[in-house]
Amino acid sequence: MTPIYDEQRHPLSRRILHWVMALSILIMIGSGWRIYNASPIFAFLTFPEWATLGGDGEASLARHGDPGVATAIAWHFAAMWTLFVAYVLFVVWGIVTGHFRRDFLPVGPRTVTHDMIAALRFRLEHRLGEYNAVQKAAYWGALAAVAVMILSGIAIWKPVQTYPLELMFGGFQGARLVHFLVMAGIVFFLLVHVGLTLIVPRTLLAMVVGRATELRHADASEKLP
Amino acid sequence: MTLARRPMLRGGLSLGALTLLAGCDLSDHDSVQRVLARFSQWNDKVQAAIFGRSRLAPEFPDAMAVKDFRYNAWYGPEKAPRLNSADYRLQLAGRIDNKRPWTIDDLYALPQVSQVTRHVCVEGWSMIGKWSGTPLRSFLERIGADTTARYVGFECADGYYEGIDMPTALHPQTLMAFRLSDEILPQKYGYPFKIRIPTKLGFKNPKFVTAIYVTDKQPRGYWTDRGYNWFSGI
Repeated sequence: MTPIYDEQRHPLSRRILHWVMALSILIMIGSGWRIYNASPIFAFLTFPEWATLGGDGEASLARHGDPGVATAIAWHFAAMWTLFVAYVLFVVWGIVTGHFRRDFLPVGPRTVTHDMIAALRFRLEHRLGEYNAVQKAAYWGALAAVAVMILSGIAIWKPVQTYPLELMFGGFQGARLVHFLVMAGIVFFLLVHVGLTLIVPRTLLAMVVGRATELRHADASEKLP
Repeated sequence: MTLARRPMLRGGLSLGALTLLAGCDLSDHDSVQRVLARFSQWNDKVQAAIFGRSRLAPEFPDAMAVKDFRYNAWYGPEKAPRLNSADYRLQLAGRIDNKRPWTIDDLYALPQVSQVTRHVCVEGWSMIGKWSGTPLRSFLERIGADTTARYVGFECADGYYEGIDMPTALHPQTLMAFRLSDEILPQKYGYPFKIRIPTKLGFKNPKFVTAIYVTDKQPRGYWTDRGYNWFSGI
């Protein structure tokens, strides 16, 4: 029997957009946490400064009375552009090239439930280059989450110029709350996404150099009917 | 993996490491600050372009106005300047025809309008208040200010200084606010008046104003000198 190799390929455009979005989102999260600390939504929750982005808050406070929030906002409002541009290109590319249709579809509640249960029982086979239903749903969820972050972010940035937008989120403070909660969802996605990458490092290889292969396991031919 | 791909892998990994380190020290590097300042200037242009000269900030019913408005400054209320109504003069400078200084009585005799609008702080909190005063636009016209100039700047008794773009200065809701909650602006809130701009973040609303100038040179701002975005429109 000849060995079968699974293969995962990511074209250069997808890899660049992926990493620009990844870096932008990390900057947005880190700086967002520093901004959040300036006026916490939940009294019981602030972020430790080492986990936030905005420089040495103590030095900044001593120098001119600002705990690095100015720098955090500068990061936030710089990375919003790189994220926005990369996200729009990624979505347009994904639709035009058929990447979304080929790799993220079809997906439905039945297959997601099936694969989720299998995954939780550690019985879900990972085949390089092929996404299971949970992964497909997660990628759609992440794409939708970034869209909601962009919209709620615009509502917070421009609550006068785009006033009707904030009403969609239940007002200015509602938009802040949505922005925070969806951030938490994206952080959860990132933890799972990076965690699974550590379990299957070849996927990271593919996203960096563009291609990775793996000898197919003997029992991997089992598939959902 | 071919040799040519190794640098890319290394590049990708160090990009990740860089991100992790970013929180520690990259922010305070001059080169990073310069890049962030460029983005901030780009954001000034974008905000000026999307600013609606006649688009009004939402106004709310009187009942929603907070009576005990939040005190906010980098110093405590006990250190707020006490301006004496007998000595106070509002100085005018720059591209203005009639630079006669104004007394408090003269200012308070100007025609006034009221607004119940939302103050939005750069930190994220917001509060609705009721302010009354004279539209800055009508004051600028009265003193013969050159409204084709690009900026209006403000100097304040507490050492604060701010400046705004002319379109915002001429916006119908930009007020010289003499009253808060129907009472003469209390000392700690900026007596004798503050500039109330519901289309800007809170820190672009200077208090204890002692001088107004009209210029083509972008005025500096207390918090923008400390790294905040200059336009800071909302």
